[in-house]
Amino acid sequence: MASSIRVRATSNGDTTEVQALIQHPMDSGFVKDAKGEIIPPHFIQVLTFEYDGKPVFVADWGGGVSKDPYVKFAFKGGKKGDDLKVSWVDNKGATDTTTAKIQ
Amino acid sequence: MNITTSEFLANRRLVLKGAGVAALIGLGVIPFDVPQALAAANDKYPEEAFKQKNEADAIKALYGKTAEASDKVKMDAPEIAENGAVVPISATTTLSDVTSISFLVSENPISLIASYKIPAGTLPSVANRIKMAKTSNVTVIVEAGGKLYSASKEIKVTVGGCGG
Repeated sequence: MASSIRVRATSNGDTTEVQALIQHPMDSGFVKDAKGEIIPPHFIQVLTFEYDGKPVFVADWGGGVSKDPYVKFAFKGGKKGDDLKVSWVDNKGATDTTTAKIQ
Repeated sequence: MNITTSEFLANRRLVLKGAGVAALIGLGVIPFDVPQALAAANDKYPEEAFKQKNEADAIKALYGKTAEASDKVKMDAPEIAENGAVVPISATTTLSDVTSISFLVSENPISLIASYKIPAGTLPSVANRIKMAKTSNVTVIVEAGGKLYSASKEIKVTVGGCGG
């Protein structure tokens, strides 16, 4: 199965800019479907970015984050060719992980 | 005579051993436990904060203190969001020692949207996309040097993102 996570990490030599796009319904638990039944909550709770074994960015999310969430941040350091590990876990305990090369 | 002496010595040894163990518990174990427990609490997903309907309650559940408005917190968001399901918002700050940045929408059924931990070395700037049920104030909270700073802005929503 293809990963749910798409990451682009680019280094300018000084800082590394990271953009991530994740495929996830992010159902808040407040929306009704076509039959008028509530769609149960299903959203990513924790999204972690790790570089060199240390977290560089941790997102705690609720159901108010848009479907197929996008996030962008930057950290100091990070060399071209190095690995950036990205992982998430949702409220149902599902999880996904990917590793991206810094460009 | 000999027996009593050795008995006395054995007892003395026991007492010394006991004292040593007590000292270990007193000095070593307990002080080490406290920072570990604190670190674990900080790493945990803030379940309670994500249950609060009201913005002030969510901030209290998340940080345990109140924020003061600051012009050093900058929010980049549209005046009018045509689609409440996807509202692009970014926040940045010139404050130093930033440890976290959070986004809240006061009129949403659950006020807290997202809370980002910013470790040392990560720039205090985040962009994301959020859902808005209707026209509402959006607040960005920046935790810097143990204090909370905020910026708010009203965003008009023409089509809600939570109504279905």
